[in-house]
Amino acid sequence: MTTAFKESIKTALENDNLASTLGRFSEAYKVARTKAYEGIDFEALRNTIAEVKSFAASHQEELAEEFARNAEARGAKVFRANSPEAVKDYILNLCKEKAVRTIVKSKSMATEEIHLNASLQEHGIEVTETDLGEWILQLAGQRPSHMVMPAIHMRKEEVADIFSKEIEERLSSDIPRLVKVARAELREKFLAADMGITGANIAVAETGSIVLVTNEGNARLVTTLPKIHVAVVGLEKLVAKSEEIVPILTALPRSATNQLMTSYVSTITGAVPNLDGSPKELHIILMDNRRTEMAEDPKFKQALQCIRCASCLNVCPVFRLVGGHVFGKVYTGGIGTILTAWFDALKQSDEIQSLCIQCGNCSEVCPAKIDIPGLILELRRRLAVEQGQPMVQKAIFAVVNNRRAFHSLLRAASLAQLPFAREGFIRHLPLFLSDLTNSRSLPAVAERPFRDTIKEIKQPKCKEKAAFYAGCLVDFVYPEMGAAVVKILNKAGIEVIFPEKQTCCGAPARYSGAYEVAGQNARDNVDALLEEEVQYVVSACPTCTVALKEEFIHTFESLGQSEPIERARILAAKTFDFSSLVNKLVHDGRLKFKTDQHPGQVTYHDSCHLKRTLHAEKEPRELLTNAGYEITEMFEHDMCCGMGGSYTIKMPEISAPILKRKLNNIKATGAPMVAVDCPGCVMQIRGGLDKDRSPITVEHTAQRILEMLE
Amino acid sequence: MQTYLKLFQEKAQAASAEVHCCTSKHEALIAILQFLRDENIADCPGSYAVWADDEFRRDLDCEALAAEIPGLHFKVTKELAAQAKVGISQFDWAIADTGTLVVDSSAVDQRLVSSLPPIHVALIQRSKLLPNLATTIGKIGSAHVGYLSMITGPSRTADIERVLTIGVHGPSRLVIFFFDDAEGGAQ
Repeated sequence: MTTAFKESIKTALENDNLASTLGRFSEAYKVARTKAYEGIDFEALRNTIAEVKSFAASHQEELAEEFARNAEARGAKVFRANSPEAVKDYILNLCKEKAVRTIVKSKSMATEEIHLNASLQEHGIEVTETDLGEWILQLAGQRPSHMVMPAIHMRKEEVADIFSKEIEERLSSDIPRLVKVARAELREKFLAADMGITGANIAVAETGSIVLVTNEGNARLVTTLPKIHVAVVGLEKLVAKSEEIVPILTALPRSATNQLMTSYVSTITGAVPNLDGSPKELHIILMDNRRTEMAEDPKFKQALQCIRCASCLNVCPVFRLVGGHVFGKVYTGGIGTILTAWFDALKQSDEIQSLCIQCGNCSEVCPAKIDIPGLILELRRRLAVEQGQPMVQKAIFAVVNNRRAFHSLLRAASLAQLPFAREGFIRHLPLFLSDLTNSRSLPAVAERPFRDTIKEIKQPKCKEKAAFYAGCLVDFVYPEMGAAVVKILNKAGIEVIFPEKQTCCGAPARYSGAYEVAGQNARDNVDALLEEEVQYVVSACPTCTVALKEEFIHTFESLGQSEPIERARILAAKTFDFSSLVNKLVHDGRLKFKTDQHPGQVTYHDSCHLKRTLHAEKEPRELLTNAGYEITEMFEHDMCCGMGGSYTIKMPEISAPILKRKLNNIKATGAPMVAVDCPGCVMQIRGGLDKDRSPITVEHTAQRILEMLE
Repeated sequence: MQTYLKLFQEKAQAASAEVHCCTSKHEALIAILQFLRDENIADCPGSYAVWADDEFRRDLDCEALAAEIPGLHFKVTKELAAQAKVGISQFDWAIADTGTLVVDSSAVDQRLVSSLPPIHVALIQRSKLLPNLATTIGKIGSAHVGYLSMITGPSRTADIERVLTIGVHGPSRLVIFFFDDAEGGAQ
């Protein structure tokens, strides 16, 4: 990571205005989005969009040809441009040919992508952005920080300064007045312009239509007043049929601006009359810029499903801290990282991809059902392949994968605390050792790992057996969580074994793009966990559970290894996270809670992987409620705590404010206890509360319910 | 139909549009003329009203109306529209569950009167109400409309500090008049 990048993060984090604006927005967004989607089956809707857009991505070339044929039949000129240069040359030539001096533009990410304005201005053409936010940025000489609200990072006082300079009159920061100024100034530009340039939100192949969605009404003026209209349309905007705009227009306003419908939706098919009755000169540029290549990539094809609603930015715990000038290039946030890697260059995404904490909030709200975190991991993998794995990382994984050596090392580091941890590669270990005591206290590494202490638990001999998968934290730091799981399963008549050869789940390696390492982890674990016949494999760590249940298979697939997949599937089928398994045992009548217990008020934190990958949000709550706890939900209970595995070490400056929010939300409930299903979250939250000298206790759900069971 | 109208009204008002219901075309005309008088329409720049060519006005005596309301123009030019306070046009369909108006606005006057003046008066027959976007797109289908406009409420922005501000480039008021199809619909 370059110093410049770290510096940009620091600057953004120190910008109080940015943090409070984006913070308030993300909180309001979630509520307003839910309201906008009332009465709509979001899953069904996004399945339809994914289907429509995936079909279009698979048939990009045919649809482009069909679109061009139909648009031309209706009087448009269609130009296919492979590169940004081809787009710019076409428009420049057109300007020259038609003696175009002034251009008005409505908001278009495609033209931002190719830096069209700069090239037009170099040729002496006056080009004016007419979307209010874009115009502010154009006057300020800045780039958009958000795909839908480009100037969200600016304060009204800054806007007043910029406008004052433009109209040479001192303006106050009264927003309606500023908007009136923009209306008056831009109205003149609209009326005088020789050419209008737009993008398109959708392009319909069967009719040759383009669909433009705006709230301000600028696209209507851009496409009506000048005699020439140029639309720059990325190939991913194509859909096959006109009815396919319905699901997109149902989701886009709701996800982008929480509206049922944007103020203006214009569908333009061919050349319509100009003011003087002549037909409009309509040029539609279908821009490729690596979209064809993307459509052919089995992993990244799905990124073409994006409808540019920016909801992935709005729900991102990192974006709301640093904003789009740090998190992205032209396209910002999660999807922006992916688009940057393609439309710009893979290397350009190297730093921004590291901002992703892998919480999965974005994939939960994406109306095009894009697995954004998954694609960011794939970027990491490809970057690692391209750039090679750093020596220090190789050394780390060699240690991590040798469990006993890893434990000794952690234990030594823990006892020595900071001096040792600061030195050499220990600081980079994909766990909790670093100079991070600013925001939370570090846990003490257990004297003996759980793999040893489990042998001392007196277990009944049972017919049914479960294999316990510990993962680093339960094995080395929180063996008491493992003990609670064992005792609970024993009560249900299940004996727990600890397959000795189990190793790291591979998450740290995978999250670093080191798939070869993750693949070896997967093989070792599949072998270890299938060695003895058991009914269940259970883990008290959701990240590990996800690895066992899903990621081993994905890792083998990514590596092109088909042979171990079948056994990985057998393992996946019998793997459970703690709460899901135990809640099932309660439902089956195999576990009973003692009656008339009142352990008190608790607040529950949803771990990212448990909620969004394993979809277990009801299970732990049912367990706690049945155990007699009274759950008080915290605000943003399913928002990441900032741990994110090694993220907390790579990005401590971002992890800390995420944790701070979480702690504030916990404290606001007034509950004296927190229950969590993930040992990583326990470490993060407990460490934070301890640092604050808060009396609130944090325990794994297993520990919270153990004593409540008969 | 009545439930669609109620739903439309609720959704359009939520999007800051004003909705009036008239029982007949005649009643709608009287309401429009009163509206123009209330807005002080006059034959001077900034105070014009421009009415795009539509079915509603076709059997009206436009000359007489223009004489009655000086400043009301039926021949729409860019210059007039840019200096108008009110633009009037009729819509083809209305979508109940989003409060959206839909019109084939291939004719340029349709777009001028609905985008340049600060107030847009929209006329729509009650029978043109459709339940949702899907039925509307289904109905228009392959009708090959050159420029289809869907309008939901007035022009708006939240680009400065996310503060909702009505009336940026388009109208700051959208005033919708529903009218019944049959002359003298309700007695």
